[in-house]
Parts: sequence; C-alpha cells; structure tokens
Amino acid sequence: MIEARGLTKHYGAKVAVDGLSFDVRPGVVTGFLGPNGSGKSTTMRMIMGLDAPTRGTVTVNGRRVGDLRWPLREVGALLEARAFHPGRTARAHLTMLAQTNRLPTRRVDDLLELVGLSAVADQRAGKFSLGMGQRLGIAAALLGDPGALLFDEPVNGLDPDGIRWVRHLLRGLAAEGRTIFVSSHLMSEMSLTADEVVIIGRGRLIEQVAIGDLLARSAHQFVRVRSPQAGALSDALEREGAAIVLEDDGSLSVRGLDATAVGEVAATLGATLHELSPQSASLEEAFMELTDSSVDYRGATTSPTPTEAP
Amino acid sequence: MTELLAAARATLVRHGGAGHGLRFGLLLVVVLVVAAVVLIQRQRRKDRTTMEVASPTAASGDGGPTVAVVGLGEPIPSGHYHFKDLLRSEWTKLRTVRSTAWTLLITVVLGLGISAVATAETRSHWASTPAFQHVGFDPTATSLIGIFVAQFAVGALGVLAMSSEYSTGTIRATFSAAPSRLRVLAAKLLVFGVLAVVFAEAVSFASFFLGQALLTSPATHATLSSPGALRAVVGAGLFVAALGLLAMGLATMMRFTAAALSAFVGILLIAPLIVQALPTSLSQDIRRFLPDRIGATILTTTGSNPFAFSPWVGLGVLALYVVGVNVVGAVLLVRRDA
Repeated sequence: MIEARGLTKHYGAKVAVDGLSFDVRPGVVTGFLGPNGSGKSTTMRMIMGLDAPTRGTVTVNGRRVGDLRWPLREVGALLEARAFHPGRTARAHLTMLAQTNRLPTRRVDDLLELVGLSAVADQRAGKFSLGMGQRLGIAAALLGDPGALLFDEPVNGLDPDGIRWVRHLLRGLAAEGRTIFVSSHLMSEMSLTADEVVIIGRGRLIEQVAIGDLLARSAHQFVRVRSPQAGALSDALEREGAAIVLEDDGSLSVRGLDATAVGEVAATLGATLHELSPQSASLEEAFMELTDSSVDYRGATTSPTPTEAP
Repeated sequence: MTELLAAARATLVRHGGAGHGLRFGLLLVVVLVVAAVVLIQRQRRKDRTTMEVASPTAASGDGGPTVAVVGLGEPIPSGHYHFKDLLRSEWTKLRTVRSTAWTLLITVVLGLGISAVATAETRSHWASTPAFQHVGFDPTATSLIGIFVAQFAVGALGVLAMSSEYSTGTIRATFSAAPSRLRVLAAKLLVFGVLAVVFAEAVSFASFFLGQALLTSPATHATLSSPGALRAVVGAGLFVAALGLLAMGLATMMRFTAAALSAFVGILLIAPLIVQALPTSLSQDIRRFLPDRIGATILTTTGSNPFAFSPWVGLGVLALYVVGVNVVGAVLLVRRDA
C-alpha cells in the first residue's frame, strides 16, 4: 500500500508536483499516467525518499521509505534506465545492493536468471543494450522480494518481446498480492497492463479511476446529435439522465444515453434530427482530453511554460 | 607539492645533476596520468558499444500465463539493516570498478618509480658534488618524493568513489536500498579510508626501503631508526590517505567528478602559487596552512622550516580540513535531493 497525501514539490518557483493525493492498493497494477514533464518521476523519487517533498507525505506500508527497517525487502524501484556504473558487472551491481539489506548471494543469481541476464552476468553493464539495462534495473528492484514495487517507464527501449515480458511480469507480481505502481506516458500501454490509473497533469491529480470505468466512460458513451430544436431536445435528454455538452459547432455531445435512447427521446418530442451518431473516442484521446484540459487550466492561471522536471 | 619539488630540485642541483632526474620524474607523472585518462576513456567508449541478449520470452499473446517471480523464501529478519552491511556493500563497490585498480597501480608506479629515479640520480652524482653540499642531504625525504606525487592518484580514487555514484545514477539505487545517507557516507569514508591508509603506508615503506637501498655508499642513507625517518615514512602514508579523504569530501560536496578533481588539484597546486604572489610577510604565515607545506614538513627529517607547523601538528591541521570538508559534504548530502 502506497499512500500519498498532499504531496507537493517545488523546484525554485516551479511547481513540479502540486497537492497530489492517491492510494496504490496491493493486488492490482496501478498505472501512473501523465504527459512527459507532468511530475511522475518527481513523485516516484519522493515516494522513495530520494527527493524531499516541499509539503505533504507519502508512505509505503504506513512508513516513510527512510524509516523502513529493510528497505529493499519492502519496496523496490526502477527509477531510471541505466542507473548503474558502466564499469561494474551486472553481478557486482546486484551484489553490492543485496549486501546492504543482508540478502543471500543466491538471490543475485536467481534474479539474473529471471531477467535473462545469467549469460552476461560477469560482463560490464556499460556494454548492455537499453533493454538489458532496463532488465538489470528490474532485477535490482525485485532483489529483496518486496511487497511494493515502483516502475518508472519500464518498457522504454524494450523490443516487443521485452514489452510483453514486462506486462506479464507486472501482472504476475500484482497477482501475488504485491502493490505495483507503474508510470507511463502512453495510455495504450496502461490499458493493457493496469487495473487502475492515477492520472496527473502539470503535477496535479486529474483523477484516480479503474481502467474499466475509464474505458466505459470514454469509449462508446458519447452520441453526437444535431437538431434545429437543440434547446428543447437538450432539456428532454437531461430529464432522462443524460449529460449534455453544447459544442461550438452547435451540436450536442450526449453522454449517459446510447443512440437508440436518444432517438426515442427525439421521436417522443417530435424533434427533427440532422445527425445522430455514436462517437467512440479512443482511450488515448480520452487521456489527451483529460490532460489537455489540465494544461489549459494551468496555462490560464500560471505563466511559465511547462518543462521537464530535473 | 611545488614546495617539495623545489626542495628536491635544490638537492639534485646541489649534487650536480642539473635536475635531469626530476624532469624525468615529472615527465613520467604527466605521461602516466595522461595515459591512464586516455585508457579509461577509451575503455568507457568501448563499453558503450552495446551487446544484446534477448529478453526472456513470455508466452505469446497477452492472455498467457504470467511471469513467475521466485520468492526470497525467507521471512523479513528482525532488526534492521546494519552499518556492517553497508561496509560490505561499499567494499564490493570499491573493488568492482576498474578505476580502483588503475589508481592504485599508478600510486605504486609513481611512488616507487619516482623514488627510485630521485635516489639513483642523487647517488650517481654523489662523487662529483662538493662535500659541504652533502651535509643538508635528506635521504628519507628524497626516497619519499614518489609517494608525495602519488597523492594525486589516491585523491582521484577518493573523488571517483563518490562522484561516480552521481555520474552513473547509482546513488539513487544506493539510497533506495539504504536511505540513511549519513550511514552510507560513513561506510564509504571508512572503507575508502582504511584502503587508502593501508595502501599509502605500504607504498611509503616500500619506497623508503627501495630508495635507501639505491643510496649505496658513499652516499648517506637512512634507516628507520635514523632521527625522524620512521615519523616521515608513517606520516607520508597518513598524509596521502588524508588527502584521499579530503578529495572524497570535496566530491560529496560537489558531486561532479571534474569539479571535485579540479578543486583537489587546485588546493594542492594552484593555492600555493596564489599565496606566493602575496607580500612575503603575509604569504609565509598563510603557507603553513596549505597542505603542500604540511606534507613537505612531514617528509623532511633535516632542519626545520620556521614557517611551518611541526609534522604532527600539521597532520592534525590537515585532519581538521578533512573533517570540515566532510561535515559540509554530509550536510549537503542529507539536505539535497539525491
């Protein structure tokens, strides 16, 4: 269980993370979605106690990571690709980490085996491809067999086989009851991996939602209607429980009723319809829409242009 | 440094050598350092040419079985991660990168090589120098010039042991596994400090014995029981090790290899030049506080410089610098985001 409460990080005048609160529950994969520069990595570093929050708290299993007795055995993290000395072998990198938490040496071999690096265990890690480096990072995160795991953009640089392997790994870890928090800027990737998503934009929480709900809400629950009697039709539809948005082009975007129901309502009213079409925004579009609006909102109130957090 | 080289030059000139040995020694230093840097850079580049080992394959299709993670198979032990776990980890870190072996090798080569050159040179010109110039000859200091030069290699190791964690991103993995930054720093200082002391002492003793062996009769040579000789040999090792810890402290403060190395070299080589440019009355008082004069005093067994601390006091002053720089480094380490 990871709990963030009012997590805020300022870098000078720039606000990287702004009052972020969310829960990451065990047993499911929780995605952490946001455009590049929205504060995902900063949040992950704050969870790990590497960056100090300006305000707010974040705990893993009820404690700050800095207070854990055996940190590696409770939380593992893949925070950046290639976070190892290029001159050190894969085995030496894992060994020096294992020793900090008194983990047995065989654990290093087990993990090298798991991520498919046994054959190159004694090669200097600087020679590794991006994907191999990523897998070494995953091995490091899993070293202590921790109950909570953080992965920052774990599929970056992986080939299709590697991406599929990571997906299976994440789902497997969650199925074992672990708390899995995985960031990505790709909605499509999350829709295949995550059960739940925490969506942020410009450092603020947009929403935390089950992926199924997000799909249901955005994918085919939207009907475009054009009618000369838009006002009357709109009222009638709202009485039926629909949410109506009057678009700039004069059309109505109807959510909460499907095309059939909208047609019935129009017939009862005797309204003329010029268009009645179910619209299916993709998940990717839904995500863009959500994060765009956060950018608009922030853009209207603060002047600095967004930059990638250091 | 400049101080000692000047003294060495005077010695050699006195013995009619016109400083050939010294020039050769300096050339050796420059060549070795350049060669080491070039080699390390080339190796780094070679390391970056990537290899590829395919990822383990999951069952095709996304609905297939999940990847099973082998459990640790042991409950979380009682207690918490201990300082000795961090010591073990830091020792692994230090011995599993090549820069450690390289810098130690350079320490040996410089320490013994320059000592051999300086003492052999002195010996070869002994007969041709007037007898009165033999009076002030310091066989102990002459044989320890090498280890004094080797301070740069030990300093480089001290810098790299800390700064490479930042340049490679390893620091994030380190602090994720062991969030107590002060304990990590203490473990790093202790492991490196012990290695530096043991190594510098070994090289110091070795260069002393080598140098004295080369100062064959009629040249005067020293033994460990000669006045001040043991102090100079032991002190030289401690001095070099202390500089290594100073370098590590600078790296903790600055985090960047280039910045910390520049600061380290600047303190040893540039600071004396700046101080020298000051009015004499002022410069002599200030110079006694500079590490190079402290070091020179430690090595010297003949005569004493009125504008210098006595050897052990000087070492104490240096120790204060080491503590000061590392305390500042520690404060920054705890306060800054990793």
